[in-house]
Amino acid sequence: MSKIVDLSADALGWVDERLPVVKAFKTHMSEYYAPKNFNFWYYFGVLAMVALVIQIMSGIWLMMFYTPSIESAFDSIEYIMRDVEGGWFIRYMHEVGATFFFLVIYLHIFRALLYGSYQRPRELVWIMGMVIYLALMAEGFFGYVLPWGNMSFWAAKVIISLVGAVPYVGESIQIWVQGDFMISDSILHKFFAFHVMLVPLIIIIVVFVHLIALHQVGSNNPDGVDIKAKKDAEGIPLDGIPFHPYYTVHDLVPIVIFMMLFFAAIFFFPDGGGYFLETPNFIEADILNTPEHITPAWYYTPFYAMLRGVTIDFFGVSAKFWGLVVMGGSMMILMFLPWLDRSPVKSMRYKGMASKTMLGLFAFSTVALGVLGVKPADWAPYWVTPLLTMVYFSYFFAMPFYTSFEKTKTVPERVTMGAGH
Amino acid sequence: MSGGEKRFELSEADQGRRTLLTGVTALLGAIGGAAWLTPFLKSWKPSAKARAAGAPITIDLAKLKVDQLFKTEWRGKPIYILKRSQEIIADLKGDKSHLRDPDSVEDQQPEYAQNDLRSLKPELMVLEGVCTHLGCAPKTRMDDGGEGEFDGFFCPCHGSKFDFAGRVYKGVPAPTNMVVPPYGYKNDGTLVVGVDQEEIG
Ligand code: HEM
Ligand code: FES
Repeated sequence: MSKIVDLSADALGWVDERLPVVKAFKTHMSEYYAPKNFNFWYYFGVLAMVALVIQIMSGIWLMMFYTPSIESAFDSIEYIMRDVEGGWFIRYMHEVGATFFFLVIYLHIFRALLYGSYQRPRELVWIMGMVIYLALMAEGFFGYVLPWGNMSFWAAKVIISLVGAVPYVGESIQIWVQGDFMISDSILHKFFAFHVMLVPLIIIIVVFVHLIALHQVGSNNPDGVDIKAKKDAEGIPLDGIPFHPYYTVHDLVPIVIFMMLFFAAIFFFPDGGGYFLETPNFIEADILNTPEHITPAWYYTPFYAMLRGVTIDFFGVSAKFWGLVVMGGSMMILMFLPWLDRSPVKSMRYKGMASKTMLGLFAFSTVALGVLGVKPADWAPYWVTPLLTMVYFSYFFAMPFYTSFEKTKTVPERVTMGAGH
Repeated sequence: MSGGEKRFELSEADQGRRTLLTGVTALLGAIGGAAWLTPFLKSWKPSAKARAAGAPITIDLAKLKVDQLFKTEWRGKPIYILKRSQEIIADLKGDKSHLRDPDSVEDQQPEYAQNDLRSLKPELMVLEGVCTHLGCAPKTRMDDGGEGEFDGFFCPCHGSKFDFAGRVYKGVPAPTNMVVPPYGYKNDGTLVVGVDQEEIG
């Protein structure tokens, strides 16, 4: 027994001289000190990693049976669903996985808003996160087009036409991207290349950078207290605990719960009542017939509602282009949060009423816009969407003011532990 | 270099040469890089095959029924053809205050369709069935007298409305009238979409 232990220690030593594996493990796991007061909201980073692994695994397997051409794409999906052994399971894993991925990411982002994790010195952690988020949205869209169902086709058509909305150059760029004068095989092939290679590669690299940047500055926590300000004689933060084994073990519980919910969804609600997988996509692409009720997947609907809500021309530029600007702006503005927030404190626990109210309104408007986005265009009175869009943006535009003027509470010196700890 | 122990140092003249050489190399490299990128960008343009597609189509008008939309396909786009009834024509010529561009000022049609009904013959509507917002295929709506109903096309994607001449309503996301493709008549009973009347002869 001890011989084997010696031997493996030797082997590890041999490798470590040539490749710093032990050092890396220490820096990022056993001697990475994370705040001891992490709560529920801190599960979603690791869950996002789990979701990413699920998508990559199931994606590679789908690729073994899928054919990216407009003649066979739809049939190859049917083939996966009906004829490939366990093919339905692999496909549902990928498709339900996308929904779970977004769910986890939205909660992960909300945590950052709640505890001011985007603030100094974590600006780059936040920006890398936003890059991942935008790449993820693109990834979801490209994937959605691949089955070449009727919703796939019209989603591709609408989104590519967005490019055409750019004044002057839009149309020629659109034709260039399409590689044709219409939506055809060439776009499907392109999207396939993006979906399976380009975007996943970007996501994996940026996730890596996201974590390196996080470990450089250290994690924030629900109190927004800087744990590095109080260290013991060895320079270890008093409120820090080694990530391994404390959080590695701790995180196993949410992973198991996540898996339970995930497989329950795969087995019992694989199409999410039409929100994960929409009925028109069970019909092959038909260029003469747009589905009667066209909506994107639920995770895009807040932005989609804003796009659709702009119906008036401004300054001689068409509403179509402004719709694009509002939609793009609603996503890009998140990037600037670290510089919009002027508050001396990070966590919502110590911010004032104004910040709390605005975050509440922001969350409400996002969800409400999301609901509007899945409903038909004339479901609510015409002024509802513009109003909610304004609420959404005021969270950002008013932030420099309400965060500098409001009265904040005193932040404790050390982190606090919730009841029961 | 006589001391042997001393580290190699660049003279000032050498520094200058290094800067120049680095600059020139980088510049040439950048030009080479740009040239290298060209085929990647060019490969995205419509291929020769895609450019060759798109011959005109002919439609036998005998099979059309009044007020029933006929759909076909040209260059991968839906083409809408409608034989308009007298009531519809009268409606189209009536009140225009709800339209954004009633006189077809925007260049969305061949010259010969820049008229009241946006067509060669009043009774026959020929349009590309493409919403000018983001490209969905609008659906026909017939006014049965209910609230908010109208005669024309409704786009299910973001709610744009057009009348039976493809003219866009005010207050909808679509900015312009629907496009009228080039078309003409081979004879009274045969429509050709994809070329102008002159070319049919
Ligand atoms: C593939 C997607 C992603 C993965 C795998 C991922 C992973 C992680 C992990 C493991 C952590 C540390 C644990 C935790 O704090 O929960 C973390 C922290 C963080 N992430 Fe992400 N993340 C992803 C996307 C995003 C996105 C989209 C954003 C925001 C735009 C974001 C913003 C942050 C921030 C600000 C922190 C620091 C939180 C704190 O210290 O309080 N991440 N991420
Ligand atoms: S595509 Fe028709 S309204 Fe947007």
